[in-house]
Amino acid sequence: MSLLTLENVTLKFGGLTAVNNLSMQVEEGQVFALVGPNGAGKSTVFNLISRFYTPVSGKISFAGTDLLGLAPDEVPSLGIARTFQNIELFDQATVLENLLVGRHRHRGTNLVQQMFHTPAVRAEERAHREAVEEVIDFLDLQPYRNSRIAGLPYGVRKVVEVGRALASKPRLLLLDEPASGLSVEETQNMRWWIDDIRRQMGITVLMVEHDMGLVSKVCDKVLALADGAMLAQGTPAEVQSHPAVIEAYLGTGDAA
Amino acid sequence: MEVLQLLISGMANGCVYGLVALGFVLIYKATEAVNFAQGDFMMLGAFVTLGLVNPEFMGIPFWFALPLVFVIMGAFGYLLDLVVLRAVFGQNQVAVIILTIALGFILRFSAGLIWGHEPMSLHSPLALGDVRLGDLVLGMADVAIIITTFLLTLALWQFFQRTKIGLAMQAASQNQMAAYYMGIPVKRVHGMVWALAGIVAAVAGILYASKGAIDPNAGFIGIKAFAAAVIGGFGSLPGALLGGLIVGIIEPFAARYLPAGWSQIAPYALLIAVLLFRPHGLFAQVRVKKV
Amino acid sequence: MRIHFKTSYDDDIRLFEDGWKLSLYAALLALMVALPWLIDDFYLGEATNVLIWATCGLGLMLLTGQTGQASLGHSAFMALGCYSTVLLMEAGVPFIVAFPLAGIITGIVGGLIAIPALKLHGVYLAIATLALAILTDDLIVMLEPWTGGVGGKFAPPITVFGLEVNRWSNPAAWYYMALIVVLVVTLFYRNLLRAPMGRAFAAVRDSEISAQAMGVNLARTKTIAFGMSAGITGLGGALMGLFAEVFNNETFTFILSIQLLMMIVVGGLGFIHGAFLGAIVISFLPQALSIITDGIGSNVAIPGLEIGVFGVIMILFILFEPMGLYGRWLKIRTFFQLFPFARKDMFRRQKSYLKTERLR
Repeated sequence: MSLLTLENVTLKFGGLTAVNNLSMQVEEGQVFALVGPNGAGKSTVFNLISRFYTPVSGKISFAGTDLLGLAPDEVPSLGIARTFQNIELFDQATVLENLLVGRHRHRGTNLVQQMFHTPAVRAEERAHREAVEEVIDFLDLQPYRNSRIAGLPYGVRKVVEVGRALASKPRLLLLDEPASGLSVEETQNMRWWIDDIRRQMGITVLMVEHDMGLVSKVCDKVLALADGAMLAQGTPAEVQSHPAVIEAYLGTGDAA
Repeated sequence: MEVLQLLISGMANGCVYGLVALGFVLIYKATEAVNFAQGDFMMLGAFVTLGLVNPEFMGIPFWFALPLVFVIMGAFGYLLDLVVLRAVFGQNQVAVIILTIALGFILRFSAGLIWGHEPMSLHSPLALGDVRLGDLVLGMADVAIIITTFLLTLALWQFFQRTKIGLAMQAASQNQMAAYYMGIPVKRVHGMVWALAGIVAAVAGILYASKGAIDPNAGFIGIKAFAAAVIGGFGSLPGALLGGLIVGIIEPFAARYLPAGWSQIAPYALLIAVLLFRPHGLFAQVRVKKV
Repeated sequence: MRIHFKTSYDDDIRLFEDGWKLSLYAALLALMVALPWLIDDFYLGEATNVLIWATCGLGLMLLTGQTGQASLGHSAFMALGCYSTVLLMEAGVPFIVAFPLAGIITGIVGGLIAIPALKLHGVYLAIATLALAILTDDLIVMLEPWTGGVGGKFAPPITVFGLEVNRWSNPAAWYYMALIVVLVVTLFYRNLLRAPMGRAFAAVRDSEISAQAMGVNLARTKTIAFGMSAGITGLGGALMGLFAEVFNNETFTFILSIQLLMMIVVGGLGFIHGAFLGAIVISFLPQALSIITDGIGSNVAIPGLEIGVFGVIMILFILFEPMGLYGRWLKIRTFFQLFPFARKDMFRRQKSYLKTERLR
């Protein structure tokens, strides 16, 4: 059974069809990319999976659970974590605190225990911090541990956002344009991290990305979207050479 | 007959609330700032007029003073935006809310310092006294207020539909970024909106003062105007006026037909009911923030 | 500059960063405990007043500073806390039980009110809570059989474990009572901040969308924040009413909510220290003003002067020091710690071009 399944999903905003009868399967252990020109509906697919949008028709399920029966804040408890295209971090908090919010789904103490800071809370906090330190080590975030997000450079924030998602120990990681706005070196790092996320941590990755160079290096499977509908699906090489994809991309270039 | 009388006096009050709410919504729509001092703007407009017109101050004939009042209040709004509001542009809303509340405090204090805390009445040509029609006692000021509000609304509507600056304001309120790219000087448009809100507040102030006395605490009716704005739907100009009328009409009827104490509560009870059941007002469409 | 070598996770969890911080706060606490021997009864009363304001401020800070929800209606919760404490005491419940119970009642009512109110954002919430504060004023008048209406109520005598706490005959006891309340509240506040709930508050404040994506239930988190905030402010309100000894509907008008909000902004939004600094400002401003007006030889009281000056202070803070007094202190401290390497933009706030909350 596939980890994530979308079946004939359609989403409309007023008269505009943002996602048109889309079906896709992400298998456990895959790195899966959604590509397509701007406005093709890639981020919209993410927002459907996160339950920020509800489709007009179709089914979305994750490891056998119907996602459409859940509220947005219940989705992470299944083990789905995500990043955002325009970085949505908690700006007034530190890197450490941001990553700790990623642990929210693993909390086990209640409000009263927390108010009195009982030993259970202390023990839980230690466990959270240990998990977060692993992520900090993995992503080389040590220099920024206690910095506020508001003062950090763009590239670092991008990594912190990935870290926050990883801190929740997800089964499926949704990366919305992980390399956009990054320098060549930073993109290279991101590539290795995505590889390691899959190999070392065993996390399935679904990403939206414009950088076809990155996509062809890290992804097993690519799905090309245009105007909310699927154009082509297959290995990066197959999709890149697909005539419909070439046509959709003509003029925008694939190296963007 | 009694019903008609209550209706007209309620409508007149409602027009004043509606105009204050209109200024409030104008600014919110265009700049996303919430002017909690709009009621105090109205108070200031009334006092500026009073200072120019009343014989114990400058004694300028009303119709000569009127354009001067508009210029003063317009300039006041524009400068306020230039000096104060622009500095907090893009900051969080709590800051803007507190800023404008503080501004209201200062306006109230300054008005008290200049014109004193005793209630004063404006020598207004709209203060016409009452007319008896059989059982019906019609406050002519009330009728004049309703007519003036109607005319002002018509003028504003034409302004937004026909004039270049009006269209620019509309554009800037719908999509700041796009308006900016299209060459609309968004910041200056914001200043203009504040100026316009100042002028509308001046009209509201004159109408308010024509009904009775004015004192520095008159700005507190701004709170009822917020209620009106929310009831009408925060982003809608006609909604603000309608909301004002609803609040204005409810008050005298609640006072007449409900037990004592309820008339004070009625507008806020309605406000809370609207917020519970139609959080975006009676006359607004809802869109969800894009992620 | 002191450098920390963190050797265990507890280093980040502990209430005080290191021994130096701990001894600073211990010294401050010792000073607070010794205060009744250091100053006369009048100033001890003022100090009590500061602590009471700080309690109320901590309540609102939890909601506005930590969770990012503006409330202009906290005077309603102050009133509720005060009336329920006194009504419970009149029903024969001892103060030591009635007081925390009133806080819990206020918290629960606050939470219930929050459920519908927190669907509203920014401005809407501010206006809805403002309406609540105004309604409370009228409700107190309408519920005269319980509240005494316009005539008001007298605070019953307070006895704690057989000791009578009276501000005139025993001001030190009153001061210690307020001190204990504020210490307990501060401890709870700090404990929340270092636990998942406190981080959920911050998450809701900074980005609702990604808070949800991390599994934070917005409605639940906001309701808890609102309830806790209302409860703490209710305790502060109870102290305020009892300290004043007489209170009626005019004691808790919506102006009080606005003062409370302004107070925490002047102190520094989002910092516990901010609530205390703001409380000091709001308690001593009237006196400072009267000293100044006396100094320039005017013995005529200028009506509304206090509130006007407060307005000016507010505007200056929002324009030039949006982080409040505590933020200013942090900047000064950082400047000296890093001297000469402090950069001017280290505390700069990210300004976004139209990060809209508006729905239409």
